Amino acid sequence: MIELIGITVLWIFLFGYLIIGSIDFGAGFYSFYAKITNKKHSIRQIIDRYLSPVWEVTNVFLVFFMIGLIGFFPDSAYYYGTALLVPGSVALVLLAIRGSFYAFANYGARESNIYLFLYGITGLLIPAALSTVLTISEGGFIVRTSGDVHLLLLELFVNPYSWIVVMLAIVSVLFISATFLTYYANKAKDKDALLLMRRFSMIWSGPTILLSFLVFLTLSTHNEAHFQAMLDESWIFLLSLVSFVLALWFIYKQKYLGLAFTFVCLQFGFAFFGYGYTHLPYILYPYITIFDNVTSPEMGITLIMAFIAGLFLLLPSLYLLLRLFLFNAEYVQGK
Amino acid sequence: MIDDPVTLSRLLTFITLGFHIILATVGVGIPIFISIAEFIGIKKKDHHYILLAKRWARGYTILVAVGVVTGTIIGFQLSLLWPTFMQAAGKIIALPLFMETFAFFFEAIFLGIYLYTWNRFKKPIYHWLLSIPIVIGSSASAFFITTVNAFMNTPNGFDVENGVFTNIQPLVAMFNASMPSKMSHVLTTAYLTSAFILAAIAAFHLLRNKSHQYYKKALHLTMIGCFVFSIATMINGDISGKFLAKYQPEKLAAAEWHFETEENATLLLGGILDPDEREVKFGIEIPYALSILAFNRPSAEVIGLNEFPEELWPPLYIHYFFNIMIFIGMFLAAVSFIYLVFYYFNRFNSLNRWLLRAIVIGAPLAILSIEAGWIMTEVGRQPWILRGFLMVEDTATTSNHVFAMLVLFSLLYISLAILLPTILIRLFKKKDAEKELEEHHVIL
Ligand code: HDD
Ligand code: HEM
Ligand code: HEM
Repeated sequence: MIELIGITVLWIFLFGYLIIGSIDFGAGFYSFYAKITNKKHSIRQIIDRYLSPVWEVTNVFLVFFMIGLIGFFPDSAYYYGTALLVPGSVALVLLAIRGSFYAFANYGARESNIYLFLYGITGLLIPAALSTVLTISEGGFIVRTSGDVHLLLLELFVNPYSWIVVMLAIVSVLFISATFLTYYANKAKDKDALLLMRRFSMIWSGPTILLSFLVFLTLSTHNEAHFQAMLDESWIFLLSLVSFVLALWFIYKQKYLGLAFTFVCLQFGFAFFGYGYTHLPYILYPYITIFDNVTSPEMGITLIMAFIAGLFLLLPSLYLLLRLFLFNAEYVQGK
Repeated sequence: MIDDPVTLSRLLTFITLGFHIILATVGVGIPIFISIAEFIGIKKKDHHYILLAKRWARGYTILVAVGVVTGTIIGFQLSLLWPTFMQAAGKIIALPLFMETFAFFFEAIFLGIYLYTWNRFKKPIYHWLLSIPIVIGSSASAFFITTVNAFMNTPNGFDVENGVFTNIQPLVAMFNASMPSKMSHVLTTAYLTSAFILAAIAAFHLLRNKSHQYYKKALHLTMIGCFVFSIATMINGDISGKFLAKYQPEKLAAAEWHFETEENATLLLGGILDPDEREVKFGIEIPYALSILAFNRPSAEVIGLNEFPEELWPPLYIHYFFNIMIFIGMFLAAVSFIYLVFYYFNRFNSLNRWLLRAIVIGAPLAILSIEAGWIMTEVGRQPWILRGFLMVEDTATTSNHVFAMLVLFSLLYISLAILLPTILIRLFKKKDAEKELEEHHVIL
């Protein structure tokens, strides 16, 4: 029971990070794009107005996932920790550059192209780096020889599956972010920005769905068992596809843009939870499963209780944040 | 050394934490002063205080951003560099780590709201209310992380059977013996350090012959904070010493070069140790003081290092760090005391230039003291990572790439260390306080 609650909580937070992080990462890229193409006034203001109050919250989702993983499945700290020193450190440095340069650019000296460039480019590199952890979790890249755990970095580097996952991560970020900003621009009643972001949504939709299929197909060469499990639960992925089509249709028609973004979330939600569900019971093929490596019941129950208590604190606060900034028409329109 | 993962991991941990702790400390302390200043401003209808709160909040945001960044690094790095330790710690002490993220979350949400709603409420007091969750969130995160560190010094709340941890009690582990003294000392020193930094900024401007009331009010408000928290720091610093004497006697003994267990123990300041003869040269000895520090009785018996096998001794150089911390603690208390005496007795000038200079120097000294205190605590735990259970050398990563990562992170911290002050100075120079007051930007 504890292991199921634990993995569900963690997966929900990772999904939260996927959506909120993607909006944030993509927005950084579009902001930079707008700057160098001098489309300054329209979308950059929209992006600034959304990002300013929420950037710190995004990061916490990631930290939460990580600490939760150690808490519920302490052995994963050992395996992933030992194996991921180099890629993990690189991702951390990228995150550090992004976080500090956002603050420097926004609160400190305005309008530095270097800061904006770093901010924009890290927005694409970070999801690329983080997505390789999913690839690694499929097994074959972390090996245990005579008690020592190693990462086969070279194998990871020449593996086609791993590159397709990276590409999917990047286009997904651009797609999710564009659909959200389309919706937000609409709320802000900014026609220019709306049309621009709608165009980006359409542009990135094709690659997103294409690469999703490719990931699915190449997984069969890499982890046959997981591929088979996904086939068995293919209805989840069909729902994901349906959501995608609906979202695209609304965006194309420029109608119900809030609903469109909800369908984008559903599209990724179905795919992500379907992927996670069929990945079980493994956290890391073939070494760590949620059943064998779960923490003690005492710790598990205490963590779950702390989590519930925490939610009582967080949900009202998050609601307040969203009400004041996201769903407040006056704020969104910059009044 | 370049190929010894243990030494390199220690070095990298030291650099990351040494950097993070400065930002974390001010991250915990400054919100209190923002909140107090805004409150006074609203109550007295004095827009100087409101501007003070606004300007502090602006600087604070940038510090928090870098604090979050370095904090995220250390959060992951602990697993990357000390995987075996985190595997064990995750089983026993995951609870406060987990709750710390909730505290961050809480703080992050309200900081976002606070910064962007200065003029959104009809009653200013509603905006002030938003500062309370920030104060609670940041102090709570310090509290939770400190319990983890306390646990490393006095592990509790589990049994070991055949090398496996059993009978785990997360709450007992969290509220361990070292927790009360450590927690109170860490929190008050964070408030003290922040107060001195803010006071130093005001004093610096006054030294530059800026004589606006705004700076004098800022100085006075923060100096009261300095005084209160420096007294509190000395008191719970003394309690920390008593804690060590009882639960971690080897750390206190190493910090004091106290080899023989004896009654009427002397306190040693400074000095040079001859390691073979175990004789101290040039030190200042204060009779009975160590017994008083340890047990409040001049005749009390203080355990010496010779009671422990030599391979379990902490490095003896922590003596100097202990001394630095105590000296600075006395200095800070003295400076804030003199300021208050000068202020309330009209015969003296509390804006005396020498006093202002001392206040300005107090800020870097307070930061130095934080670093010295942590080095004394963490190095004083050597060779244990989990005192009595796990050794540092057995828990580090076995990877061959730690050196490259050390270089990578050093470059990152060097650039941040250069950029952060530059940006802060530029931000505040662009718009100085007088100009902002003239513009009547502040609406009450
Ligand atoms: C502004 C910073 C500052 C100042 C002025 C002082 N300290 Fe301190 N001290 C710290 C900042 C600090 C710290 C950085 O916060 C430490 C490191 C770990 C900890 O628990 O707190 C610490 C640790 C620490 C410890 C070790 C606790 C342990 O290992 O469990 C002792 C015994 C003292 N302090 C004692 C004192 C005394 C007697 C002071 C007299 C004035 C003093 N400190 C001033
Ligand atoms: C979650 C709590 C903590 C963990 C897991 C942790 C872990 C470690 C580890 C593994 C080391 C290296 C081993 C050693 O040299 O002793 C270390 C050293 C150090 N830690 Fe902690 N620590 C924690 C809390 C803190 C805190 C809160 C601080 C203060 C900022 C701190 C400051 C330091 C310093 C300065 C060192 C370097 C000491 C040296 O050179 O040996 N630690 N810590
Ligand atoms: C080993 C020790 C430590 C670890 C593992 C750690 C972990 C973290 C993490 C993960 C963050 C980023 C949170 C986010 O994403 O918002 C962070 C930031 C922070 N940490 Fe640390 N920390 C340590 C030491 C300390 C200490 C000793 C203190 C306080 C005395 C502290 C106080 C803070 C504060 C105040 C922030 C963030 C800035 C803010 O939100 O105000 N940390 N830390």
